[in-house]
Amino acid sequence: MKMAVSTTVNGDPRAFLCEPGETLLEALRGTLGLTGAKEGCGTGDCGACTVMLDGEMVCSCLVLAPEAEGRRVETIEGVAEGSDLHPVQRQFLEHGALQCGFCTPGFIVAAKALLERDPDPSEHDLRYWLAGNLCRCTGYDKIVRAVQDAAAEMRQQARGDAA
Amino acid sequence: MSTMTFHAPATVAEACALLAAEPGARVLAGGTDLIVQMRSGRIAPAAVIDLKRIGALSGVREQAGGFVIGAATRCTALKEHAALAAAHPGVVEAANLIGSVQVRNRATVAGNLCNASPAADSVPAMIAAGAVALIAGPQGARELPVEHLPQSPGRTALAPGEFVTAIRLPGKAAHSSDAYQRLTPRTEMDIAIVGVGAAITLAGDGSCAAARIALGAVGPVAVLAEAAGAALVGTRFEAAALDRMAEAVQAVCKPIDDKRGSAAYRTAMAAVLARRVVQIARERAGEA
Repeated sequence: MKMAVSTTVNGDPRAFLCEPGETLLEALRGTLGLTGAKEGCGTGDCGACTVMLDGEMVCSCLVLAPEAEGRRVETIEGVAEGSDLHPVQRQFLEHGALQCGFCTPGFIVAAKALLERDPDPSEHDLRYWLAGNLCRCTGYDKIVRAVQDAAAEMRQQARGDAA
Repeated sequence: MSTMTFHAPATVAEACALLAAEPGARVLAGGTDLIVQMRSGRIAPAAVIDLKRIGALSGVREQAGGFVIGAATRCTALKEHAALAAAHPGVVEAANLIGSVQVRNRATVAGNLCNASPAADSVPAMIAAGAVALIAGPQGARELPVEHLPQSPGRTALAPGEFVTAIRLPGKAAHSSDAYQRLTPRTEMDIAIVGVGAAITLAGDGSCAAARIALGAVGPVAVLAEAAGAALVGTRFEAAALDRMAEAVQAVCKPIDDKRGSAAYRTAMAAVLARRVVQIARERAGEA
């Protein structure tokens, strides 16, 4: 029997029906039409399905859709503000930190989560934070540089806002 | 189409009633093992009972001089609890070696214990720290030291209808601390081929007053190496005492031999890690 789930997705209230054993990733991609989060491994190893659930990043393939009842979900689709890309997105483009792009939504959601909690992470901390996101095309160097430059840009922006 | 049902009870009593009513039900904490097993078809629970809506099971509480970690508490929340991290740094570091940040934002130490993997990182650390599992069930509540809960890979001592509601750890003790280390073929996102936890209490003169050493991934279940701890008690951690401790560690190793680590390598590294964690726990205890 389908279950009714009420949740907030990227700031908007969204209600949907799901099977009890359906994952949040399936509900997002299927019922809600948000196909940014990807299913890579389906076992929590690759991070391509990373979304924010009540402010913490999780693998949406390892969340049952009914668990999202009353919770706040944020996906890659909510990262840009209209046509204004987030600094992490912009720096991924600048650095060419992607080839096939399959892992990119997960990396961007995870990197943004890191920079919101630590505006100036060391490369060591950054690499450990992103260890749950796998890329099989670029190698990680360009991704790490993109996140570092996004961090610098965000710090500068924050200083500008404060001044 | 599966006929599985999903429940999100608000109380432990309600969860017990749901489990009693449906013998094929499974409790869901973080889901990082359960959902993987469901998706792979290894298990097909008739019902899933989510513990995360039971307020009493989320978060860390300081209670009766100890710490009670609710079964639905994510591993990353342990780091955020300053008093717990100060009292049991080994348990907190072990819980935060599991998987990735994404996984640790969901995974729980109670789930890590009940999944009963021989290589569960938090389990040797909890055993060393003297953790006790608090259990609810149809016959009422009971407690079981963590080392008695896993019975074999994937099997626990929980009776039908029972589930772990919390893990209790002792409070902060003077001159006492712990540590955990593991060895993995990769740096991150890998499964231990050996893991060792140690909890050390020092006497006023710096000698060893008490020691508990526990091993993971070198047998079908994590074990408390009692003789290894006993080899340190009363000593000042002299080389001979550490040698006896390491020998006692190796004596309880009965590892599998596989592509990730040969039995001989796992056994040799168990002794290396045991020396390291004893040293770290001892230093921490000296500062505690």
